[in-house]
Amino acid sequence: MKRYFDSELETFRSDLLRMGEVAVRQVRDALQALVTGDVKLAERVIAADDELDDLEKAIDTEAIRYMNLRAPVATELRLVIVGMKASHDLERVGDEATNIAKRAIRLASEPPLKPYVDIPRMGTISIEMLRAALDCFIHADKEKAIAVVKRDMEVDTINRQLYRELSSFMVEQPGTITRALELMFISKGLERIADHATNIAEETVFLSEAQDIRHEESLKKTGLSS
Amino acid sequence: MENTSPAAAAPTRSLAMPLRATPKDDAEPVPTLIDVRNLDFYYGAKQALFDINIEIPDRRVTAFIGPSGCGKSTLLRCLNRMNDLIDGTAVKRGAIKIRDIDIYGPSVDPIELRKRVGMVFQKSNPFPKSIYENIIYGLRIQGVKSKTKLDEVVEKSLRGAALWDEVKDRLHESGLGLSGGQQQRLCIARTIAVEPEVILMDEPCSALDPIATAKVEELIHELKKQFTIIIVTHSMQQAARCSDRTAFFYMGKLIEFDATHNIFMNPKNPQTEAYVSGRFG
Repeated sequence: MKRYFDSELETFRSDLLRMGEVAVRQVRDALQALVTGDVKLAERVIAADDELDDLEKAIDTEAIRYMNLRAPVATELRLVIVGMKASHDLERVGDEATNIAKRAIRLASEPPLKPYVDIPRMGTISIEMLRAALDCFIHADKEKAIAVVKRDMEVDTINRQLYRELSSFMVEQPGTITRALELMFISKGLERIADHATNIAEETVFLSEAQDIRHEESLKKTGLSS
Repeated sequence: MENTSPAAAAPTRSLAMPLRATPKDDAEPVPTLIDVRNLDFYYGAKQALFDINIEIPDRRVTAFIGPSGCGKSTLLRCLNRMNDLIDGTAVKRGAIKIRDIDIYGPSVDPIELRKRVGMVFQKSNPFPKSIYENIIYGLRIQGVKSKTKLDEVVEKSLRGAALWDEVKDRLHESGLGLSGGQQQRLCIARTIAVEPEVILMDEPCSALDPIATAKVEELIHELKKQFTIIIVTHSMQQAARCSDRTAFFYMGKLIEFDATHNIFMNPKNPQTEAYVSGRFG
């Protein structure tokens, strides 16, 4: 049976998915701006962050109103709770993308320290994780969500490798310190984006199964070894 | 009284005996007080309950929910044989045991049973007597005459029903002069005056305003320390607020029975989910 306020939940759900799409686009564009030195694209990323901030606030407002007036239970209650948490994660993803874009602008005026290989690889994995987590949100796929959680290790590993590599650059050639630090922060930002994707994946398991899989070390013990 | 082993619980044992077990922590497994097995119940030719199996825990609040006509009130009334008063009703299969005693067994006196299993109705129904006489009605019937004893029961029951402070200065005025919420608490006081083991509540708050409802719910929370409570309610929020377990019925069948938190957070059955989230139909 349809209820007269079901459309409110549909709006909530579609706003959340729209937020997911915007967040993925922001990360992708920020990385492209970095790799191609495209300052204009980086500036567009920075300007577009407001869209995510507005969506986060809209989703919170819808969620609070729904809890207050509709007294949701069961799947609906879980959807509203998870929606609020996931929108917060996506907003943070947007912040990380903005930071990457700002650093891309600074790096664009200098020669590249080294060819971009690891960072685009991290970016690709993070974006794939985000997309998969959002898919789990739509399709309630626990196995797929766990696969996202496990992939977080891959990004962590590359981040650590890059940290070591960039540290030796700085030690050996102090002239590279500024650029190396920018890249370190970018790497850390991508690692955080993968963490947010992991959070969203974990939240989708709570949505579909009412099961809290956060901080389950056993789920994370695969992926590349460092 | 101490717990009785199943072997000692011969069907002839009197249900009027006090039947109390030691209070258990929520963390501990809760003993079953009422055990319903394979129950089929009929109103004449019409079957109202189909193969009901449910174990009601001791000194917890169990809520029965479900749409009108789903059988929840019928099952409630089976538990103290109130249905016996309706012509043509019959338990055609199965059994209801309270502490291993089959309450439909030949040796069980329904009047004695109803002392052990009290009932509070949707519409408060005080007798057209004073507040005091309402409370001691059951004891008078049992032949209790001692004024001291009766005074004691009146105060204890009214305090137990959170009504004492409001009525202590007008105990000999008519119970019908009380507000709706007070009348309902008076009926609860009257029920607990005979020290039952179980209190059945059939939509006890549906005619009450939110303040009176909150008082009754508060009272339910207090009473469960001493009594096993089963409440039929159409308010999902009430079931969620005041019960420990919830049973969902539909078309005469028990669809799902679980901890209330599970029923409202993660019901296993799609029909339960549809009902608790108001999508039923």
